[in-house]
Amino acid sequence: MDSETEPAVALTGVTVRYRVAAESIFSLKEYAIRKLRGRMDHGELLALRDVSLAVRPGERVGIIGPNGAGKSTLFRVIARVRRPNEGRVVVRGRVAPLLELGLGFHRELTGRENVILHGTLLGRSRAEMKGRMDRIAEFAELEAFLDTPIRKYSTGMVTRLAFAAATDVDPDVLLVDEALAVGDERFRAKCHARMARFRDRGKTFLLVSHLLDEVRETCTRAVWLAEGRIERDGPAVEVCDAYREWAHAAAG
Amino acid sequence: MAATTPVYDSSRRGLRSIEEARELWAYRHFVFELASRDIKIRYKRSVLGVAWTMLSPLITMVVFTLVFSTFQRLPIPGYPVYYLSASIFWIFFSQVTSHVGSLTTDAIEIANRIYIPRSAFVASAVVVGLVNLLLSLVPFALIVLVTGRPAHWTWLFLPVSLVIGTLFTAGIGLIVFTLALRFVDVRDMYQAVLLPWFFVTPIVYEQSFVPPSWRWVVRYNPMTYLVEIFRAPLYNGWLPGPNTLAFAVLAAVLSLAAGWLFYAWKVEEYGLRN
Repeated sequence: MDSETEPAVALTGVTVRYRVAAESIFSLKEYAIRKLRGRMDHGELLALRDVSLAVRPGERVGIIGPNGAGKSTLFRVIARVRRPNEGRVVVRGRVAPLLELGLGFHRELTGRENVILHGTLLGRSRAEMKGRMDRIAEFAELEAFLDTPIRKYSTGMVTRLAFAAATDVDPDVLLVDEALAVGDERFRAKCHARMARFRDRGKTFLLVSHLLDEVRETCTRAVWLAEGRIERDGPAVEVCDAYREWAHAAAG
Repeated sequence: MAATTPVYDSSRRGLRSIEEARELWAYRHFVFELASRDIKIRYKRSVLGVAWTMLSPLITMVVFTLVFSTFQRLPIPGYPVYYLSASIFWIFFSQVTSHVGSLTTDAIEIANRIYIPRSAFVASAVVVGLVNLLLSLVPFALIVLVTGRPAHWTWLFLPVSLVIGTLFTAGIGLIVFTLALRFVDVRDMYQAVLLPWFFVTPIVYEQSFVPPSWRWVVRYNPMTYLVEIFRAPLYNGWLPGPNTLAFAVLAAVLSLAAGWLFYAWKVEEYGLRN
């Protein structure tokens, strides 16, 4: 089979169910008592219902929809955080979930230690992170503070380091949350430039956003999710317009 | 290009226990980074730093020596060394298995956002425990010197005891960790189990002091054999007997197998908060 035509991300009939009531029993004693009495009824919440979606390599897809529509669940099944209850997810290539900046960061550790910890948390090796260190420090403009504990950093410095560490990757598929660009005006422009470079290099790109203009601008295609189903899937401009119309109508 | 591209297929599942083991190996760098984070933070924060890790078992040692050797007059020569030779393992075991319970918050937080084999947290707790155990050998050697007890060539057996003890600890740690992912009261319940477990294990007393009608409690307690494979070479200066060693190895293998299978079976169900 020609690898060009194989989708980078393919979901077939994906359903994700969350247990609601059972999840709220947090105590083992209570769980044991209920189990003995045979009362274990729990509700279910369908976060995704029979979703099928194929994203070709290099495609840029915006995921839009109201809160609770299943946008983050969609990202979670693609990023392997959760396995679907039904259906199948296939992802070809290395995935970089750019969703959480500074995951695993600890105040007492230095910038350098945090970058390495964060990188290994994403499954990279220590040697690889050491190799990337200079570039990350340069991008974050923190070369002089790399061996200072980050509790002495300003908030802006921490987010700059986190952004630099998270985006210094060479993935095939990027999962991006809105509001990823951080810092002051100048650094935000730098963030946007870096994201644009990913785009231009033909990376597969999935963006979750409430900002329709951002989706229109960066994406070629948009998927509108509603109550766990795909409401509409098509060219970004078209889907964004339809969604906006619906949202205005719903607001009265 | 296509050959090197990793492919994730949610429908292709092998045996979970083997899959989880492979993932843990792939994240080994994270295990050591997390362990080194914990060690660095511990020693950066406390004023006494490393000294405290070495000092705190000695305080317990003084207390038990006073209570059992001086007040109760148990006929055990070199009581401080007698106690330390077994408590070295007990402290490692109880620290690691308690620590994993407190790592679940971190584990859930992270695993809800990105993919991570959660067993990495247990593995890292074991690494931290081993570092602390090695540090505790310094005060042990010191007390041997001060109390004038002999050094033994059987000390060289310690690495073997360590491997067996680590496997046993990892197994129990995995069970506590997996349960604690799902149930908040597991940490407290486990603490309530640890204290009686300490006293039904011959750590502060000798097995022969137990009245015959109660001896089965000690005999069926796997911890008895695990403690003995440390005490025999470190205190008595002989190698653990074949029966003791066999029971210790059996306990370690069963513990790790049970822990790993339970973890692999339940981690996906227990490890997510919506």
